[in-house]
Amino acid sequence: MSIYLDHAASTPLADEARAAMLAQLDGPGANPASDHAPGAEAATAVEAARAQIAAAIGAQPEEIVFTSGATEADNLAIKGSLEFLGGGHLLTTRIEHKAVLDAASSLAEQGVPVSYVEPAADGRVRVEDIAAALRPDTALLSVMWVNNETGAINPIAEIAALCAERGVRLHVDAAQALGRLPIDMAEVPVALMSLSAHKCYGPKGIGALFVRRRPRARVTPQMHGGGHEQGMRSGTLAPHQIAGFGAAAELAVTRREADYAHAAGLAERLRGGLEGMPGLLMNSGPAACVPHIVNVAFDGIHGEALRAATAELAVASGSACSAAEAESSYVLRALGRSDRQAGAALRISTGRDTTTADIDRAVAVIGAAVERLRAIAV
Amino acid sequence: MPVYLDHNATTPLHPEALEAMQPHLTKPFGNPASVHRFGRAAHGAVQRARGEVAELVGCRQDEVIFTSGGTESDNLAVKGAAAAQPGRTVLYGATEHPAALEAAEALREAGTPVEVIPHGADGHPDWQWLEQRLHQGDVGLVCLMAANNETGVVVDTARAAELAHAFDALLHVDAVQAAGKIALDFAGSGADMMALSAHKLFGPRGVGALILRAGTTIHPQMHGGGHEGGMRSGTLNAPGIVGFGAACRVAVRDIAERNTHCRALRDRLEAGLQQLPDVTIFAAEQERLSNTCQFGLHGFDGEAMVMAFDREGFAVSSGSACQSEHGEPSHVLLGMGLPRDLAKAAVRVSLGPDNSEADIDALLSALARIRETPMAAMA
Repeated sequence: MSIYLDHAASTPLADEARAAMLAQLDGPGANPASDHAPGAEAATAVEAARAQIAAAIGAQPEEIVFTSGATEADNLAIKGSLEFLGGGHLLTTRIEHKAVLDAASSLAEQGVPVSYVEPAADGRVRVEDIAAALRPDTALLSVMWVNNETGAINPIAEIAALCAERGVRLHVDAAQALGRLPIDMAEVPVALMSLSAHKCYGPKGIGALFVRRRPRARVTPQMHGGGHEQGMRSGTLAPHQIAGFGAAAELAVTRREADYAHAAGLAERLRGGLEGMPGLLMNSGPAACVPHIVNVAFDGIHGEALRAATAELAVASGSACSAAEAESSYVLRALGRSDRQAGAALRISTGRDTTTADIDRAVAVIGAAVERLRAIAV
Repeated sequence: MPVYLDHNATTPLHPEALEAMQPHLTKPFGNPASVHRFGRAAHGAVQRARGEVAELVGCRQDEVIFTSGGTESDNLAVKGAAAAQPGRTVLYGATEHPAALEAAEALREAGTPVEVIPHGADGHPDWQWLEQRLHQGDVGLVCLMAANNETGVVVDTARAAELAHAFDALLHVDAVQAAGKIALDFAGSGADMMALSAHKLFGPRGVGALILRAGTTIHPQMHGGGHEGGMRSGTLNAPGIVGFGAACRVAVRDIAERNTHCRALRDRLEAGLQQLPDVTIFAAEQERLSNTCQFGLHGFDGEAMVMAFDREGFAVSSGSACQSEHGEPSHVLLGMGLPRDLAKAAVRVSLGPDNSEADIDALLSALARIRETPMAAMA
């Protein structure tokens, strides 16, 4: 039996989210844009979920634009902002998710000037470094709240304050932050924020972009055809997906503190168990990171061999979105790890159902693998 | 419980599709891009579904690109093909769905030359115009739908493909309404791209596909990780894709039976409509989808009729659900050159396998009552 320790890639669906989805899937179903009674019923379910998601992040329901996921939300935020603002400089960081980096590259190919802030040694991006990298023509800054590989938490409140002061629009990829950290858009002046349901026990294939109303952050739509979602994102809405997302978001907030405490306990146990293993490199510092992600590497061990020896554990070597490419993590290389060190990384990400027994087993499997592989290497 | 007669807007989920999705909503399935066994299990399910979609439309498995739905598929095809051929003209049919139409209009705003293919009152493209325009040169993409969502008119896309290819242009076919209702053979059709939507063929909402002929170059429109052969990034919605696959499998099996059932009901409906004075059934003489009937009662307002039908317990439409919020008369009927007041009278009935003769008879009775109600008439 394999132990699932890859919650940063995707989480299992919460019972509450499944129930909300099945209620929509079992019914007759209608297009929420239709003018008849079944259509109105579907639209009601969508609006209830919109309110749940807005409440979860301290936003207004009309500030939630549904998308097919965080990738689409990131693409809409970045390309839609640059297009709406008529160009300008795009500033982002080296440790962003591929959705942000690849969207930025596609703009760079079209001639948009793009630059990247390097992270500090603890994996976080520093406000001073951003302040120094902002240019007079910077149109948009895109920074993730929580890094998906190391769990590093960026100082979004301070970055948002800086952006407000400099008059720069801020986009935050919060795919890994929802349900892990308190998020309050009424307090933090973020203009645009991407959310993903399947990273917080909701369904795959649904996400949202928070688009601030006051002051109004406008984006040019990237998908056309009918003008759904206030003209910002066309396409028939999927009420079952949205209802599942709504239930998951509400649950993420009510369970946040309990989930955090559970993850922190597991992280402490995991770090304790790994401590002292030969060649251990910690890629996630406890003070700087969310507790449900612990990223480690081992000096002197080949990554392929380590993964083969720990195959019983469903862990990741980096982002699932980069799994198809056989290169070591660009996030870890940005932290100064060598190719070989980054290649031997394990991202262990726990979830609500992870037990202390799972952690103990993971420690035993990793410990045995490291011992054996280092013996071979010597 | 209202009688649902709006299957071209969306269809109820088929029980077999729901059954296929259930385990993916219950078990801890992984991210299909993850390399561990949870990820591989999800990936395997996605690949099986890819095969089921491919079988319905007669394409290769590796020609299926999963998307969030028909709208995204049309956007990817139109914008992606235009980006791969900068400066060349995009032609789209006057009766296209808003997804293809507005994607093309967005290109126009960004500087791409875009022209509209005129259509006749029969709902078909003006072939002579198309050939002449292609002959003038510089056309990169022709965009035509296989079957219209409002009138149901089935277009000869093989002819369009032949014409487009003779002049070195690509053909994109929006088959969102056609899939599962008429036989599609992508391999033999000559089309270069084809848009599909799951929820129009009794699959779940929020998933669709673009079929892209192997060797055809388009530019991706959503970036981030390079999923789907680099053509469409984003974590795959495995449960939705599995439901889509199951719906395609059912469609392959049931297509003939569904058509026989729907055609008989539509004939019954249209026979009843023809008893009334001042009724126009749009494109009545043309080959149409067996489940679709769009008609107008002269002097009546379509939107008001839809609301009146709703009060009587019937869910019908005036045209595309994607335009129902705008209060504009159908661009499809205007595009066919029909007068504005007649276009404004349009009511669309789109049938499904659960509808019965009793539903049709009840609808005709309701229509008789509505005709007596002054509020459905135009002021």
